[in-house]
Amino acid sequence: MVAQESHQHGAPQGFIRKWVFSLDHKVIGLQYYFLALTAVFVGMFLSLLMRIHLIWPTAMLPLLGEIKPETYLSLVTMHGTIMVFFVLTTAPQGGFGNYFLPIQIGAPDMAFPVLNMLSFWTTFLAYIVMLSAFFVVGGAPLHGWTGYAPLSALQSSGPGEGLGADLWITSIALFCIASLMGALNFITTTLDMRAKGMTMWRMPLTCWSWFITAILGLLAFGVLLSAGILLLMDRNIGTSFFLPLGTINGQMTGHKGGSPLLWQHLFWFFGHPEVYIAILPGMGVASQVLSTFSRKPIFGYKAMVYAMLSIGLLGFMVWGHHMFMSGMSPYSAFAFSIMTMAIGVPSAIKTFNWLGTLHKARIRFQSPMLFAIGFVSLFVSGGLSGPFLAQPALDIPLHDTAFVPGHFHLIMGVAAIFGIFAATYYWFPKMFGRMMDEKLARIHFFLTLIGTYSVFMPMHYLGLAGQPRRYSQLTELKYLHPLIGLNTFMTYAAIVTVAAQLIFLFNLFWSMFKGAKASDNPWEATTLEWTTATPPPHDNFGGRTPVVHNGPYEYSVPGAPRDYVMQTDPATVAAH
Amino acid sequence: MGLVLLCVIWLITFVSTYFFVAKTWWFPHGASASTAAIDQQFTVTFILMGVIFVAAQLALGYFVWKYRDQPSAARADYSHGNLKLEIIWTTLTAILFVGLNLMGSPIWAAERFRPAVDGATRVEVIGMQFAWYFRYPGPDGKFGIARPELEDPSAGGEAALGLDPADPASKDDVVTGIMEVPVNREVEVILRAHDVIHSFFVPSMRFKQDAVPGLAIHMHFTPTETGDFEITCAELCGLGHYKMHGILKVVSQDEFDKWLADREAEKQQ
Repeated sequence: MVAQESHQHGAPQGFIRKWVFSLDHKVIGLQYYFLALTAVFVGMFLSLLMRIHLIWPTAMLPLLGEIKPETYLSLVTMHGTIMVFFVLTTAPQGGFGNYFLPIQIGAPDMAFPVLNMLSFWTTFLAYIVMLSAFFVVGGAPLHGWTGYAPLSALQSSGPGEGLGADLWITSIALFCIASLMGALNFITTTLDMRAKGMTMWRMPLTCWSWFITAILGLLAFGVLLSAGILLLMDRNIGTSFFLPLGTINGQMTGHKGGSPLLWQHLFWFFGHPEVYIAILPGMGVASQVLSTFSRKPIFGYKAMVYAMLSIGLLGFMVWGHHMFMSGMSPYSAFAFSIMTMAIGVPSAIKTFNWLGTLHKARIRFQSPMLFAIGFVSLFVSGGLSGPFLAQPALDIPLHDTAFVPGHFHLIMGVAAIFGIFAATYYWFPKMFGRMMDEKLARIHFFLTLIGTYSVFMPMHYLGLAGQPRRYSQLTELKYLHPLIGLNTFMTYAAIVTVAAQLIFLFNLFWSMFKGAKASDNPWEATTLEWTTATPPPHDNFGGRTPVVHNGPYEYSVPGAPRDYVMQTDPATVAAH
Repeated sequence: MGLVLLCVIWLITFVSTYFFVAKTWWFPHGASASTAAIDQQFTVTFILMGVIFVAAQLALGYFVWKYRDQPSAARADYSHGNLKLEIIWTTLTAILFVGLNLMGSPIWAAERFRPAVDGATRVEVIGMQFAWYFRYPGPDGKFGIARPELEDPSAGGEAALGLDPADPASKDDVVTGIMEVPVNREVEVILRAHDVIHSFFVPSMRFKQDAVPGLAIHMHFTPTETGDFEITCAELCGLGHYKMHGILKVVSQDEFDKWLADREAEKQQ
């Protein structure tokens, strides 16, 4: 806390220093956010092409022509990779975390502004490298976002496995480096830059979620980075980390002695915590928004923090549940399975506490609240298919079927995106000084909620019926034929859902310039960002340093003049 | 707005649950010894998760309607939680999830912890881009040596597997494009892959296992009904992944013996 003085830097002059190579965490937050915004539309467009191809495999699409099986798999790979890395990791943490962590803890900036700038521009570079994979000979890789070796480790295993795959790995390696820098910054900032009175137990749950996410990132991305480098070496300089003796199309690969399962272990050691990297900030935002618009303190604040900490901790012990069918020791499945089921406990605590927050509340249905309620609903739906997949015996019929994408899309895809939407509607007034249009927001909310449920709930049915994942056509297997009708419904639902996102896009940009002017605290919320000007000045609090007296969610305090007590209000609320 | 939310959340809950309960789309008919246990464990899990799902969604919908802001409403309850409640539901969920897990464990153990019984039908299943090959050891009960450098996928059959003709054990090996096994007798599957990872998935047998290059994975299942069952590949293996399928033909022991003898005779001609 004493270290704050040395971190202040003067307000930048000139367009380049102010908006491009900015050191200001707020500008960097916006840069991350808009990068994620372009990425989410790219990723969504790819998924739309996938759904269209599944239903009309031979359709001639304008400009793109007919989608071939290998192109379909490139779409699968790039959709997953772009969404996981450049949307679900980038927007909640890099975007909102960067913008609001320092403000919510009363700091003038992140602990390391230059590192912050560097981490954004490394992410940007990673994004460009990723997209460039589309445009090289052979196109983007077809090995899926999990990049299982040997498929991903051999140049000759299919189209896209040449330069496209090298670019894909390089991009991910760059992204890992950027995320490591970001994680260090978030952790240091949280531990070292809190304002006077902002104890750890007075931090908003959003800050806790960014802090825990950063710790997960620090421990997970290093492993993926190493794995990526090993994979690049296998591909290009003849090592055999992941390659046993084998052939491709009858030709000896020239490798021997490696283990394909090693890649899976390394990948999922990152990959499972990554799921929580995507969803934890959403949990933080949902808690913040539910409390604010319920006009009630969050139910069980400390339990919420402990739940997030235990989810983070357990998240590192469950990677093997992705590998029950992989050929690893069946005995280890026991341990991974029981640890995975254990994650259900803190997840259930969170759900109960959100419901507890709504109980005897006085709910205001503004747009952020709608999305937070949607988040809870989706979290429940997506979460409860987890205990099926956590049991190795049930993975025998369900693993690698559509049940799995159904599960993870609801929870780490759509629920996390609802967290991002809630955050966008909630903080937009602070970031841009204007309000987003409520009517459009409501239409957007209901279309998206019903639309996403219509796309992803049926995936569970398809999975039960045995439809495998990553099949570019459903016509080859007889038992899949009766499922084509349901698949067609899902494609139509996807088209409607994608169209609904254009409403959001319009609302976002229209409101930025034409929205009603926002006051400094339009939601009557309690945390520090609502005590400063709108948009906040360069050093966040205009030269003063806030002093914190209260916890983050003091709503409807008996005897208080208003139904909320700011964290900075000296009229103290009895400690809990 | 509260009422609209309630309706939408309840409707989503009702429709989602309906299609599960009505089994509109469900597991394919199971024809193996493990079907009953696996389907039973699924049903138990489904009922428990289904009850929580419906209860949580109904409560969510009800709360947002019941506690909506309205002029006559009282100020929200000033409460930071309830430790007793937290302890109760934490304990209950812990018991539920761990208990569910333990219930399913014997099924997994039966599938994976013991080797195939003596006298099981032994079939080597080999995956390569983008076909399944099946090899039977022949009367000598031994699989001959296959050498990667001899593989010739374009030739198909034995040549595709790189079977070494110089090895005496390979003389009576039978390689086929469909998998035929006798009913009501355990099948020992030895899974291999030549190039990339494939996954041998037979939905009707409730059987799935990855085939990994460099590993020979021994598994078993027992078909209990005769008929033709589709085999698919469940692990992304390249551009032809979607068409890497095959047929498992379950027949009577007599039919199987005759079929295998015919294949043997064909080979020795």
